[in-house]
Amino acid sequence: MSLERIKIAPEMFDIMPPEYQDLVQKATYGNESRGWKDIGTSKELIEEHSLCAGCPESMAFRYILASLPNPEDTVMVGSTGCTSLVFPHVGIHNIHSLFGNQNAIASGLKRALTVRFPGRVKDVVVLAGDGATVDIGLDMTLQAWFRQEKFTTICFDNELYANTGGQESGLMQKGFVAKMAPIGKHFEKVRLPEIARESGCHYVVNCTVSKPNLIEKVVKNAIYIAREIGPTYLQLYTPCILEIGKNSMEGLQEMRDAEKPTERFAYREYISEPAKELIAEMTAKEKERKAALKKQLAGQNA
Amino acid sequence: MTVQYKVLPGPEHYLPPSAASMGIRLPDPGQGHINGRIVPEEEAMEAAARQFLMAKVPTIFPGPLVLWAWNEKAAKKATAIRHLYETIKECITPSQKPMLIPMPDYRPKYPKIDPEVEINPNHPNLTIWHNKIDACMFVGVHCHQANLSLKIIRGGTNCYTIAMCAQAGHEDAMLSFRDATADKIMRLAEWVRKLKGSVQPSEN
Repeated sequence: MSLERIKIAPEMFDIMPPEYQDLVQKATYGNESRGWKDIGTSKELIEEHSLCAGCPESMAFRYILASLPNPEDTVMVGSTGCTSLVFPHVGIHNIHSLFGNQNAIASGLKRALTVRFPGRVKDVVVLAGDGATVDIGLDMTLQAWFRQEKFTTICFDNELYANTGGQESGLMQKGFVAKMAPIGKHFEKVRLPEIARESGCHYVVNCTVSKPNLIEKVVKNAIYIAREIGPTYLQLYTPCILEIGKNSMEGLQEMRDAEKPTERFAYREYISEPAKELIAEMTAKEKERKAALKKQLAGQNA
Repeated sequence: MTVQYKVLPGPEHYLPPSAASMGIRLPDPGQGHINGRIVPEEEAMEAAARQFLMAKVPTIFPGPLVLWAWNEKAAKKATAIRHLYETIKECITPSQKPMLIPMPDYRPKYPKIDPEVEINPNHPNLTIWHNKIDACMFVGVHCHQANLSLKIIRGGTNCYTIAMCAQAGHEDAMLSFRDATADKIMRLAEWVRKLKGSVQPSEN
């Protein structure tokens, strides 16, 4: 639903449940500078979710939804997994695809939206777990990148199949023993960020979701670059605290431990040359905007 | 001997058959249906108005197609629905309790819905049971979700269901209109006003 349509019929406003009234009055639709700092002061685009208490995935969802630059014209594509339990509770259009099919669905969707709304920016964002992205859906993931489809793929990497009790996944670390992988994994964790780079992604980041400002930056970069240039990929560590034997309050520390310089989620990014130019351009424009605003404020105060 | 199936208030049983599978057909333009019997639209108007006036808790359930002002027609329908609700309020006795409860969207709600403020198509019976609703009208609900809800209501409650449908009508409602417009909703309000005082509230 585009921004001008997100309004309640005036005669029905008083009977709408409060969360819908808030969504219209206090959400940050249409605000170009929206970001993680809006959390707590405006209506978030996620309602009560059904994830486990303390799940880092819920943090990731909140930061990502707060950072989307164009939520009223964004469609998210999800797949089977814990993420699919959350999508019914977000204030953004979303499509649930067959397990692993998300990048194929997103390809068609992005092309159709481009034809249907030629004068309008429509962002497509895939958000799926590591099973959907790397195991069952690897074919679709890679083919979308080979074809240079203009959308962002986000993988919530919890390094196993959490929703079904802890089976081995391609992104699980070597040697890790899970509830349903009792002999430990024999192979290395798939190096998908490197594969993404080689497959044509213009912006690739591997990190945890421990820092909301970082998530805002990488999400915005990924979406802007996907809009203008080509595919982008974010691999975000969202550990399943239940499956790794942690308590509800230990998710954040787990991510901090996993992002130390020698660890597997130490911040890594790859930016193609055209993407670097675009980021430089965007940074310059942002500086100009801020300078103009400062000047305007100074004029008002004089 | 073939027995003609009738779409009647339930509780029918856990999984009632779809009325279409029992041979109930949809009305043509200018018609409605009552319990599956095709009737002229005015007859359906009168019967719907009587149901509102008889019910202890006459209720309107507006869906997303009219709750959100996504185009001019939707906004006009919302105005007409509010008018119908206010008319029902004016025309009933103090012992009756009219309600206007929205169905804002169709997602299953966790941990659970608040049945005092909304209805959800996946478990509409909760709202009906909680508020003891005995007659309701769906308006502005997408076809599939309306059919789902109407069947669940027929299966598990004794509520009389009316569908003010903008398309071809609903077999699974006990009474259905088709091609709903703001004018048609206003006409129903006129019927309610016309029958004011001539219909006694139900004692059941």
